[in-house]
Amino acid sequence: MVTLNNYLLVSGLLFSIGLAGVLLRRNILVIFMSLELMLNAANLSLVAFSRFRTLEGLPNYNGQVLVFFIITVAAAEVAVGLAIIVALYRQRQTTHVEDLNSMKF
Amino acid sequence: MLFFAVLVVLLRQPVSSALSLVMAFLALAALYVSLEAFFIGVIQVMIYAGAVMVLFLFIIMLLDLKAEVRRKWNLAATLFAGFVVLVFVLMIQSVLSKFEMGKAPFPKLTDSGKSDVWHIGETLFSSYNLPFQVIAVLILIATVGVVVLSKKELK
Repeated sequence: MVTLNNYLLVSGLLFSIGLAGVLLRRNILVIFMSLELMLNAANLSLVAFSRFRTLEGLPNYNGQVLVFFIITVAAAEVAVGLAIIVALYRQRQTTHVEDLNSMKF
Repeated sequence: MLFFAVLVVLLRQPVSSALSLVMAFLALAALYVSLEAFFIGVIQVMIYAGAVMVLFLFIIMLLDLKAEVRRKWNLAATLFAGFVVLVFVLMIQSVLSKFEMGKAPFPKLTDSGKSDVWHIGETLFSSYNLPFQVIAVLILIATVGVVVLSKKELK
């Protein structure tokens, strides 16, 4: 029997994998992909809760609408972020974060 | 799904990372369908596995990225990152083991005779009309911003 806790655990593990990717990887594009993983972990727990807290025998659609908004914002964020990465690459010819140290104290 | 998510982090070739991310998103869409959120599953496939990942692959192709060369491994940073992630996993584990409500099975759904999309559309355009329009403005701003950022003479 699959319960809410199983979905929440998968969501938490997915978030941790994304967090590990952001902290460990040094390629800015891969860091960006790991960020997407973390966003999706949040979406998964929202959908699981929306299915769990039923209203009159229907899933709670407020949660699913929120997921819809998150996906929209994430798509806009990816577009802007990738444009910034391309602009950065044109200036510096690198995607390695340790080469981008002009703001380092 | 978790297997492909791990591959995203571990593979050294950015293209392989991106393709395993596509597989992770498709598996996530399957999970949404198993939670009877069909609309979310469909837009997950269309927007994430479709549009966003095509954008990622396109940028990787445009920048002509090679596999990362091995560099001097920063041991302190790696250990600290591993420690943070481990603490986070243990925290989730301990919270979930105390969360009794989540151990109950999912409640049964009644068939309302209307589709998933109908209900989401109704909620979206009645309770969430203003946020919907704000999101539309946000996308417009993002579009303009991307055009400005990709201009050649960026000063």
